[in-house]
Amino acid sequence: MRSWFAGALVVALGLALTFLMLPVLAIFLDSSPADLLASLGEPGALDALWLSLRTTAAALAIIVVVGTPAAYFLATRRFRGRALVITLVELPLVLPPAVAGIALLAAVGPSGLFGGLIADAGIELTFQTAGVIVALTFVASPFYVRQAQASFGAIDPRWLEASRTLGATEARTFARVAIPTAAPGLLAGGALATGRALGEFGATLMFAGSLQGVTQTAPLAIYERFSTDFEDALALSAVLVAVSAAILLAVKLVGGAGALGDAARSG
Amino acid sequence: MRWVLVVALALLAGCGDEAGAGGGDARLVVSAASSLTKPLTACSEEFEGADVRLSFGGSDELAAQIRQGVKPDVYAAANTRLPDELAKEGLLSEPVKFATNELVIAVPADGAATSVEDLAEPGVKLAIGAETVPVGSYTRDVLARLPSGVQKKILANVRSEEPDVNGVVGKLTQGAADAGFVYTTDIVEGLKAIALPEALQPSVAYGAGVVEGAKQADLAQRYLDGLTGGPCADALADAGFGPSPTG
Repeated sequence: MRSWFAGALVVALGLALTFLMLPVLAIFLDSSPADLLASLGEPGALDALWLSLRTTAAALAIIVVVGTPAAYFLATRRFRGRALVITLVELPLVLPPAVAGIALLAAVGPSGLFGGLIADAGIELTFQTAGVIVALTFVASPFYVRQAQASFGAIDPRWLEASRTLGATEARTFARVAIPTAAPGLLAGGALATGRALGEFGATLMFAGSLQGVTQTAPLAIYERFSTDFEDALALSAVLVAVSAAILLAVKLVGGAGALGDAARSG
Repeated sequence: MRWVLVVALALLAGCGDEAGAGGGDARLVVSAASSLTKPLTACSEEFEGADVRLSFGGSDELAAQIRQGVKPDVYAAANTRLPDELAKEGLLSEPVKFATNELVIAVPADGAATSVEDLAEPGVKLAIGAETVPVGSYTRDVLARLPSGVQKKILANVRSEEPDVNGVVGKLTQGAADAGFVYTTDIVEGLKAIALPEALQPSVAYGAGVVEGAKQADLAQRYLDGLTGGPCADALADAGFGPSPTG
C-alpha cells in the first residue's frame, strides 16, 4: 500500500514538473543564443527591460517600506475585524489583471473617484512611468505582505517579550529582533512580489498605457512583438525568464538554501 | 493511479469534443478585429446551424495566432493586407472584402480639438494604435500625408500605443487621452468624431476568409457569405460600416 502511494506521488510530481517546465523550456529551445542577443540589440527591447527593472525596483521599495510594518501589525495584534483586514489586503492576489486595471482606473484614473484630487495635486499617473509603478505596487504587494505576515507570525512571541522586558522599545524590538528573525521569509516575499511585478501586463496596459521607454514594460513589448515578430517575442521572453530565475536563485543563495522552504512552511 | 489518468484524459478529451456537444449545434469559432465587436456580437446569435464563438482582438494578434497553429474557422480583419498575407501563406481561403470604414479623430464630447492640426498643439495627449495593428497603421498613413513638421509634433504628443482599437477608445472614455484615431464605428457615447479631410482619409477595407483546416469549413463559408448579405451585413450597416467595396 505504501509503495503504491509513493509511486503516485512521484508520478504526480513528474506530471507537475513536465507541465510547468515544458513551456519554459520551449522558449529556450525555440530561440538560439544568437537570436537572443540580436533581439536585445533591437530598439525598444532594452528600453522595455530597463523600464521593467526600474519600475519593479520602485514598486518593491514602496511595498517593503509600507508592507513590512503593516504585516508586523497584522501578525502581532489581535483586533476586531482582523480577519477581514487580512482578506482585504490579500484580495488583489485573486483579482484578474483586467479587473485590477479597471479598479485602478475607477479609483485613481483621470475620471475616477480620486482622479480630480490627484490631478489637483499636480500628479499625473496615466501614460506616466509613475502609473506603471502604481499598477505594479497594487498587484504585487499582497505577495509580500502575506509572506511577511506569516513570517512575523511564526516568531516565538517570547522572544519579542524578552526584548521588551530587557528594556527595548517596541520600535527597537521590531528593528533588531523581529526583522532579522523574519528576514528569510521577508526575502522570499520580496522575491515573489518582484516576480509578479516583472510579469505584470493587464493592469499596466489598461491603467498606464503602452509607450516605449515610458510605460512599455517587457511584457507589453513581448505582446507587441508577438503579432509581428514571434522570434523577437521569444527572445525577449527568454531574457525575462532568465532575469526572473536569477532573482529567485539570488534570493535562495542570499537567504540560505532554506529561505524559500522555510517561508513556504510558515506560510 | 490509473483511474486518475483516465479521468484526466477524459476531461481533456471532453474539452476538445465540446463542438459536438451542446444540443447538437456545431461550434463555429470566429476570430475578428476588435472594431467588429458590436455588429458581429449582435448578428452572430442569429446564425443558424452553429453556436458562434467570437474571439475579438487586434487583427495582427489574431493573425499571429493563426500562424502559430491556432485554428479558428473564420478570420475577419480590419484590413485586407493581413488576410491576403495569410492566404499567400496557405493559411486562409481567398479573402473577400466585406465592409469599409472610415478613420476619424475621436475626442471626448467636451474636447477642444476640432482639426488634425490641433493635435499638434503642445500638451495634447494622444492615444493611437500600435504600428502593428491596422488602426495604428492607418493612423500612420494619415500622419505621413501631413507636412513633416506637423507630423513630428503629433507623434511627439503620443502618450500610448494601444494593441487594439478598443484600447484607444478606453483611454478616451476614461479621460486619460485628449484625442485619438479610431474608426467612425467606434465612436461611443461620450465621444465625438472629427472627420478627416478627404485627402488624408486612408482606404479602410475589411477582409475575411475561411481558415485552412477549419473544423467547420462549410459553416464558415456560410458565415463568410453572411457578412456580405444577411443579418451580419445588416448589422454592419447599422453600426455605420460601409458596404463591401466589391459588391
